Amino acid sequence: MKKLVLASVLALGLGAPAVQAQPTTLLNVSYDIARELFAAVNEAFVPYYEEQTGIALSIEQSHAGTSAQARAIIEGLEADVVTFNQATDIELLEVNGLVGEDWRERLPNNASPYYSLPAFLVRAGNPKNIQDWDDLVRDDVEVIFPNPKTSGNARYTYLAARAYAEEVFGGDQAQVEDYLRNVFLSVPGFPTGGRAATTAFVEQGIGDVLITFESEVNNIRDEFGTGVVEAVVPSVSLKADFPVAVVDAVVDARGSRDIAEDYLEFLYTPEGQDIVASFYYRVTNEDVAAAYADMLPDVRLFDPAEVFGTWDEITTEHFAEGGLLDQVFVNQ
Amino acid sequence: MQTVAVNPTAPRKHKRSGAEIGLIGLALLGAVVMLGVPISVIFVYAFRAGIEVYLANILEPNTLHAIGLTVMTALIVVPINIVFGVAAAWLVTRFRFPGRKLLTTIIDIPFSVSPIVAGVIYLFLYGAQGLFGPLLADLGIRIMFTPIAIVLVSMFVTAPFVARELIPLMQTQGSEDEEAALSLGAKGFQTFWYVTLPNIRWALLYGAVLCNARVMGEFGAVSVVSGAIRGRTNTLPLQIELLFNDLNVTGAFAAASTLTVIALLTMLVKVALESRRVHR
Repeated sequence: MKKLVLASVLALGLGAPAVQAQPTTLLNVSYDIARELFAAVNEAFVPYYEEQTGIALSIEQSHAGTSAQARAIIEGLEADVVTFNQATDIELLEVNGLVGEDWRERLPNNASPYYSLPAFLVRAGNPKNIQDWDDLVRDDVEVIFPNPKTSGNARYTYLAARAYAEEVFGGDQAQVEDYLRNVFLSVPGFPTGGRAATTAFVEQGIGDVLITFESEVNNIRDEFGTGVVEAVVPSVSLKADFPVAVVDAVVDARGSRDIAEDYLEFLYTPEGQDIVASFYYRVTNEDVAAAYADMLPDVRLFDPAEVFGTWDEITTEHFAEGGLLDQVFVNQ
Repeated sequence: MQTVAVNPTAPRKHKRSGAEIGLIGLALLGAVVMLGVPISVIFVYAFRAGIEVYLANILEPNTLHAIGLTVMTALIVVPINIVFGVAAAWLVTRFRFPGRKLLTTIIDIPFSVSPIVAGVIYLFLYGAQGLFGPLLADLGIRIMFTPIAIVLVSMFVTAPFVARELIPLMQTQGSEDEEAALSLGAKGFQTFWYVTLPNIRWALLYGAVLCNARVMGEFGAVSVVSGAIRGRTNTLPLQIELLFNDLNVTGAFAAASTLTVIALLTMLVKVALESRRVHR
């Protein structure tokens, strides 16, 4: 106990100024459900980095909703890198001058080392035979996803359903909106976030299908067992990038740019991609993707940029007050 | 209404009516369903995978650090708020001065302000974009997203606890004892140590216990200023949320069980103190 208290006193420290000659720490500020993913990445990166440079790093992780994380970084949280689940919150850092405007070009695939897609989680045995987006509007199907007003995750669900409908109805807006209204009408209630939606579906037994990122769908299935729920990947979905960036203002002040860049580049190496894929995210490295093909079935993906435009445009057109979402979000 | 005012500690000696038994049963049932079951669930889930997994969860370095940080925060905040509470109560009950009522009200503010607002206030004061942000940056001092910020908001949130316990008591006790001591030649500090303190000690301890419970359990204010860095600024309540969000239910409940044990111990101390107070 004495030791613990002593350790805590040391750990409390005095918030010493951050500039140091040779930094050996790195703070990765990330989204709320990536704790175990980055714990695994760090475990592999630390020896990898030591082998290359002889420096033993200690990597710290912070996880919370990315909008809150971006706000904290703007208020002084010294993140060397951000690993987020939506680009808009990195853009917030860009607007505040913490991340350079060219962050998307610095790393492959728009600085997104992995991606996911909205997919379905259904009850064991899929008793209602829910396979694709058109099943969501059946009279006997209740759908669960969080409120798209508050959850980035649900915004992808809305956009995926919309992209599907645009294609099926050949762009006929009346039919697209009709379909989306019916999807929203199938939702008995909107939880505020992804975790609350999971709890409602799995533990309270509400609804027939939960829609969330494929990575989450599989993690939930692993946690609760195939006897309880199972994953269904629809025929088509929307690509959800998980963008990363070096926080220029912080690494320049700390002198940690090299470590930060190596860390993010590691996510693109076969080793890094393999770890990411083992957490059910889709990766671009073809060999790794092939090795995980039976876990992550083939799916055709819409690119939000091609269907809907930039995130700025998407936000204004769909999610602003009175936007396209408001016109179909009938039972909020 | 034909009930007679009775001392609740001296039960009436008559046969209980059906309605009475029904009401007692209902209250008991309510207590078991609403309090007993949820608390037991914490331990059931925490130990669901066996004692070894439980220990591994508790001894996981980040959870262990969260426990240490939470205990450390309480060890700093509670003594400071004891000193503050005694000083404030002394000032308010032993002196008459303009603005006395206003001061009493100000002490109470943290009670009425939502913790999340407390956190945001500190962010706007000490954050990089905040009032003192640029000054602190020039001096190379970091407050936000360090344990210092956690201590500061915890102090804010729990500032009234000790003072609120002491003020009514010291008001009813009056200052005769102290005046007698002073007239017999006691010095100021002697008066405080030998006369005031023994008079207020139980209320003081009671306030400290409540303060401690709140510091350890505080989530809202801390979540705003902590930065949630695992193994550095994650307190126990934040760590529990993190584990829960991560679908690590067993880990979350294991961490929750430590917080619950601390809370139950605190309640035991409180009950013991209360009974001493009643018997005096």
